Amino acid sequence: MSMMKNYVVETIRKAQMVQLLANGKRLDERALDQPRELKIETGVIPKANGSARVTLGNTEVIAGVKIATGIPFPDTPDKGILMVNAEILPMSSPYAEAGPPSEDAIELARVTDRGIRESEMVDMGKLSLIPGKTVIAVFVDCNVMNVDGNLFDATSYAVVSALRTAKMKKYVIKDDKVEATDELIPVPVETTPVSVTIARIGDRLVVDPNAEEEASMDMRITITTDDNGNICASQKGEASTITPEQVLQAADVSIKVGKAIRAQIIEATK
Amino acid sequence: MKKLWEGAQLAGSKRKLIDENGIRLDGRKWNELRPIKLQVGVMKNADGSAYIEWGKNKIMAAVYGPKEVHPKHQVLPDRALLRCRYHMAPFSVDERKNPAPSRREIEISKVIREALVPAVVVEDYPRTAIEVWVEVLQSDGGSRVAGITAASLALADAGINMRDLVVGCSCGLIGEQVVSDLDDTEDKEGNGDMPVAIMPNLGQVGLLQVDGVYTRENFQKAFELAIEKGKEIYLMQREALTRRFFGGEAQTTEVEEGAE
Repeated sequence: MSMMKNYVVETIRKAQMVQLLANGKRLDERALDQPRELKIETGVIPKANGSARVTLGNTEVIAGVKIATGIPFPDTPDKGILMVNAEILPMSSPYAEAGPPSEDAIELARVTDRGIRESEMVDMGKLSLIPGKTVIAVFVDCNVMNVDGNLFDATSYAVVSALRTAKMKKYVIKDDKVEATDELIPVPVETTPVSVTIARIGDRLVVDPNAEEEASMDMRITITTDDNGNICASQKGEASTITPEQVLQAADVSIKVGKAIRAQIIEATK
Repeated sequence: MKKLWEGAQLAGSKRKLIDENGIRLDGRKWNELRPIKLQVGVMKNADGSAYIEWGKNKIMAAVYGPKEVHPKHQVLPDRALLRCRYHMAPFSVDERKNPAPSRREIEISKVIREALVPAVVVEDYPRTAIEVWVEVLQSDGGSRVAGITAASLALADAGINMRDLVVGCSCGLIGEQVVSDLDDTEDKEGNGDMPVAIMPNLGQVGLLQVDGVYTRENFQKAFELAIEKGKEIYLMQREALTRRFFGGEAQTTEVEEGAE
C-alpha cells in the first residue's frame, strides 16, 4: 500500500525473505498458504447493533453495525440499504495520516463493501418495509486500529462477524406507518463471504501478507468466496501485472483457504 | 420523488436480458462485442490523445508528459511518476453526476494507473511526471476498460516508451450465462461484471476486478473470454495506431456489430 511506502524493510531481511520463499518458507515460519492467527471477539461495543474486534496477526480492526430506517434508493425501491465503510485511523500506524480518506482507504472500503454486497450476504429484500418509502438501512463502519498488513481481509472478517451477530429491532407496519417493536431479531444473513488476499513476492504467491511482506510485494489480489465456494468479488492491486495462470491459482487457493476461515468465523459468531 | 422510483421500477423490471435463442437485448450473441471506434491523435494541445466510442461510451484520453513534477516532493529519482485521473462528465449518465470526483472515480483512477504503469517504461523518464486524463463524456457500461484502451493509445501517441499496449474488456454473467462486454443495462440488471485489462503480447493481466457470484468454472470462462476479446480489440488498437502514423490523417477504425 502506498501509505506504507515509507515502511522500510532492511535489504538483508528482504533478501532473506526472498531466499526463504524460494524454498517455500516465510520469515515468520508460516506456510505460503497459511494465514496468521485470526482472533474474533464479538459484541465489543454494546451500543452498536453488532460489533466485532478482529486481529489477524498484529493487524487489528473494529467493526460496528448501526441499523436505522431510511428511504430506499430510487433504483431499488423494494430493497434495504447496506453501506460498508472503513477508515484507517491515524493512530493505526506511524505512516497513517489524519485528514480526508486516502486513495488506499477508499479502495479498502470499496473492496470490503463489494465482497459483502456481491456475495448477497444480507438478504436486502427482507430489509424492505414499505417499498419505495421506508426500508431498513444497515451501516457497517470499520476502524483500522493497528496496521500490520492485509487490511483487506481483517476488515472483511470484522464486517462479516459484526453482521452475523448483529441484532435489530423488529419493525411492524401499522396504518401504513412503520413502528419499531421491542423485539430484537438477527440481520437476515444468507451466506458467509470470506476474503483471501494473496501477495506476490518475487515469483511466489503468499496468503495473508504482513506489513514487511506487503512492503516487498509487487502485486496483490483479493478474492472473496461464498458458502458454496463461488467467487463473488475480486480486486487486483499494485502497479504490476499478474499472469492468467496465477489468477486461476489464486482463485483455487482462495477457495481452499476461505473454507477454513469461514468455519472459524462461523464458530466465533454462533 | 415518487415518480422517480416508479419509473425506475419499470426500468428495473425483470425483463429478459437474453432470449431463448441466446440473443441479447441489443441483438448480440453471448460472446460478441459492441461496435468499437478508435481514433488516435485527436487533441491539439495534448502530447498524445485517443478517442474511443464503444457501444454508447464516448471517452477521450489525453496524455501530457514527460514533464516536470509539481509539487517537487513527489519526484521519483529513478522513474517517472504516472498520474491518472478517470472522471465522468456530469452529463455522461442519466441523472446528473456531481462533478467532484466520487469515491468510485478515485478507486477507478487507481486501478487504471496500476494497469498502465507496468506497460510504461517509467525507468526511461526519471524525475518526470506523465499525466493521463481519462474523461468519460458518455457512459454505457465498461467505461473503465474503454478508458484504459484509449489511455494506452494516447500514451503510445505521445511517443512514450512502452513494453506493450494495454487493452481492456469486461465480461460477466447474465443468470448463469457468461457474456462478453456488458452494456449499461446488462451491467445494472445482470448478475456479474468482470473488467479485465491485459498486455496482449506479454500475456500479463494488469487489471482484474470481479463482482457477481461465479462458480469456479464460470469464473475461468469469463476471465478467459475477457482475455480473448481483449486480444481482438488489440488488433483494432494496432490498426488505429497504424493509421495515425502511416495513414496520413487520423482515421477511424470501425468494427461492425457482431463482426468477429
